[in-house]
Amino acid sequence: MKRLTSPLSLIAVVAFCLAPFYWMIVSSLRRTNDILDKSPLPSPWSLENYRAVFDGGNGFVRALGNSLVVAGVTTVLTLIVGVSAAYALARLDFRFKRLVLALIVSTSMFPVSLLIVPLLRLFTDIGWINSYQAMVVPNLSFALPLAVWNLTVFFRQLPFELEQAAMVDGCTAGQAFRKVILPLAAPGVFTTAIITFVIAWNEYMIAVSMVNEQSMKTANVIVAQFTGQHGFDQPFGTQMAAGVVVTVPLVIVVLVFQRRIVAGLTSGGLK
Amino acid sequence: MTHTSTGAGRTAAGTPAAAPAGPAPVGRGRPGRGRRPRGRADGQGRLAAALLSPTLAVLGVVIAFPIAVAIWDSLHTTSEELDADGLVVEGTRFTGLRNYADLFRGEAGDRFLNALWNTSFFTVTTVVLETLLGLGMALLMHRAFRGRALFRASVLVPWAIPTAISALLWRWIFSADGVANAVLGREVLWTADGAAAKWAVILADTWKTAPFVALLVLAGLQIIPAEVYEAARVDGANAWQRFWSITLPMVKPALLVAVMFRMLDSLRMFDVPQVLIGTRKPAVETLSQLAWDEAMNLRFGPAAACAIALFLYIILAAYVFVRLLGADIIGRGNAR
Repeated sequence: MKRLTSPLSLIAVVAFCLAPFYWMIVSSLRRTNDILDKSPLPSPWSLENYRAVFDGGNGFVRALGNSLVVAGVTTVLTLIVGVSAAYALARLDFRFKRLVLALIVSTSMFPVSLLIVPLLRLFTDIGWINSYQAMVVPNLSFALPLAVWNLTVFFRQLPFELEQAAMVDGCTAGQAFRKVILPLAAPGVFTTAIITFVIAWNEYMIAVSMVNEQSMKTANVIVAQFTGQHGFDQPFGTQMAAGVVVTVPLVIVVLVFQRRIVAGLTSGGLK
Repeated sequence: MTHTSTGAGRTAAGTPAAAPAGPAPVGRGRPGRGRRPRGRADGQGRLAAALLSPTLAVLGVVIAFPIAVAIWDSLHTTSEELDADGLVVEGTRFTGLRNYADLFRGEAGDRFLNALWNTSFFTVTTVVLETLLGLGMALLMHRAFRGRALFRASVLVPWAIPTAISALLWRWIFSADGVANAVLGREVLWTADGAAAKWAVILADTWKTAPFVALLVLAGLQIIPAEVYEAARVDGANAWQRFWSITLPMVKPALLVAVMFRMLDSLRMFDVPQVLIGTRKPAVETLSQLAWDEAMNLRFGPAAACAIALFLYIILAAYVFVRLLGADIIGRGNAR
């Protein structure tokens, strides 16, 4: 009985997770004329939708580049700022630590819609609308608390004796951090980088608010706003193809590093 | 050593580094509440301040400043008026709590209350569905030893797909000629502005996040020692009793954290209804969408009032949740 239920339930769960994604891939490989087919495999299959995504004046390639810049810069900035804070929270002894950590963690409750109103006006005043920084800076509001939280958990897991030994040998706390802790924490920092990148890459609300110029939109926004050639028909085939292009690199990265990502996500939730 | 947390506070399964188990090394278990003599705490305090200041500065700019401006905005009204010469001037006047009062009266009031209802409805339904489904999935996976890597991989796929893209995917699945209607053999207008749209949003959101809840719960399940189950079995407990008296209490901390995260996320829901159904659709409009729409139409006062109302609602929900269920979110983070 037990032997029977486990594989079956596993298949059910995997199907639940993957079936919609599979349908996205299948639909993207159909010809426009057979887009309403329901066959589980596209026949005949065609790359028509992919050609439509990449040529034509929809600016998809440029949008991919924009997404890469915004998510990449967000990740780098988040790590630079977050690593030092997480080190302090994990390894140093100081007053108000509990309060500071609570403050940083509680900012993850913050609704982005509340951010949009004031920042939209501020960015209009200082001429930041349609710029990368108008997307990167608000992204920090959710990326940074998450990264600090994750990194703090990672730093705590490193043995404290190493650092103490370094300090006994004459290192300052700062040197101990640079020469001992940071190299050891590299896997944790790397995991946090991937998680931050994925979340920044997935961001939609800020990107759709701060940018209205076609050439500055991120991939998510531009795909959601694709218009068909025939008036009001939503070009689902093209959108599915674009969705596959946006998603597949991410899915591959995530699958390659799945063990670490799961460890990072769950330790953030459990610790 | 102040390990207030139970076993669940230890490292998550799959984390490479050793769990902070066993006797604490010297200088490790400082509660930070000052009972211990603070020999080098002063020097560390200064270093900590230096290390923390960039993060606090950034959060000040992207969180504290917007809150302050939003509060100011919410207390003012911008309107176009005619001055003495009959010219149109744009004026911003202090109007006190009028923007907040307007949330509850007139046509705008109906829209706000509807969005408040939608937000609450989505939060309750998606969190309940995702928790039950996630818990069930985690329990199944916990027993399936061979396929766990496959499970983990497939669970991460919905997580990695951008929400906006997944909402498009569901819009395609739920379109009038889409595969959902073909499978059901019905003609439901899912993405029109009706009751079916609510369920489309709920399904899309559940698909995206239930696997994630399962992942968190699975990590919690994996740290329950097998001996506890063996002891219970020796004592003659059946499967249901074992689940009810061992699994559930021991996985509760992990489960509560997962539910808390999901709840706070659902209250802010924006991408799914926005892309799957659209803007200004009363059937699905959430508070985030309403605030966003008002801001896009340059009605900053009402937008700010609505966003602050949502913020207060989230704080209240988190507070009630922690009080009622005793989810030790921050304390857990502080337990070293």
